[in-house]
Amino acid sequence: MLAIFLGIEVISKVPTMLHTPLMSGTNAIHGIVIVGAILVAGTADDGFTKIVGFVAVVLAAANVVGGFVVTDRMLQMFRRREPRRGPHDE
Amino acid sequence: MGRTTSDALYLVTIVTFILALRFLSSPKHARKGNWIGAAGMTLAIVVTLAHRGLGNYLLIGIAMAIGAAVGAVGARTVKMTAMPQMVALFNGVGGGAAALIALVEFHDFAGGLSTVIATSTVLSALIGSVSFSGSLVAFAKLQELVSGRPIVFRGQQVVNGLIILAAVVLGITIAAGGAEQWMIYGLVAAAFVFGIMFVLPIGGADMPVVISLLNAFTGLAASATGFVLHNNVLIVSGALVGASGTLLTLLMGKAMNRSVTNVLFGAFGQVQAGAA
Repeated sequence: MLAIFLGIEVISKVPTMLHTPLMSGTNAIHGIVIVGAILVAGTADDGFTKIVGFVAVVLAAANVVGGFVVTDRMLQMFRRREPRRGPHDE
Repeated sequence: MGRTTSDALYLVTIVTFILALRFLSSPKHARKGNWIGAAGMTLAIVVTLAHRGLGNYLLIGIAMAIGAAVGAVGARTVKMTAMPQMVALFNGVGGGAAALIALVEFHDFAGGLSTVIATSTVLSALIGSVSFSGSLVAFAKLQELVSGRPIVFRGQQVVNGLIILAAVVLGITIAAGGAEQWMIYGLVAAAFVFGIMFVLPIGGADMPVVISLLNAFTGLAASATGFVLHNNVLIVSGALVGASGTLLTLLMGKAMNRSVTNVLFGAFGQVQAGAA
């Protein structure tokens, strides 16, 4: 419950231009399923669980790394544009 | 590593995630926030790898290397304009991972699960699959592999209704102690199809809102896997993403002057079939 409250509290005042990076950032954070995937793969003892656990770790790792890198690239783009303040900026 | 130590370190991770979201909400510190989150994630992974009684390290190492390589290369090479669909794709694989974890747990402990754990397994499988297939459709639409226009067909509501009914019946059966393996596969399959049916009727312009919603879904799926695996960092981080993601979805809808219900159900009744 506390986590839910915090989530709402933290997000409630966000400028529109940060919506997409924020979505991408939360996307990276739910990559935390990798913890679950590692636990499952690490305790797997038959072929089925090993294969499924392996795939789960691959998917979750892609979520984590891809999520953070994409978010960073989005924000990098912001930073370069910020000082110029051209007519295209919101 | 002992349970107390790992719980304490997991708490640090949770704090970094909260800080990450906080910083991501302000333009000045957003980039720093992202890296704080990444550091917290790294810590959680290291702590998890140090858990007692864990094996198969080679397997895990190879899997992580493959996943990380795919994620990094994909994220670095994608064009700026293709960012939203990339986010959709990464979101989808996260949901897929949650669903797979549920499959393994059900395979190992079917029948011996308490109602709470069985329910969490069902939710993890269900929400994870919907998020996975829904995100893939969102990706395909934005990438223009599938027409970005709303896709509707006659009897869609009936088909959707039947799929939901099947998923709910299977879910309740499992939660009530049903232990046949086909049940969880049936559940995952129904949820997978539902994810596709759910996103297909939505127009390309509304996709960001949908991706944000699916993002919140994956958070909830991660939280559910936390209950299955008795893992606090999963429960809390998942709930954090679920809540902030839901709110963000509403905010995005508002910023685009579209109510979320309108986005989700607009095309269902063909109310605005020609509007897009």
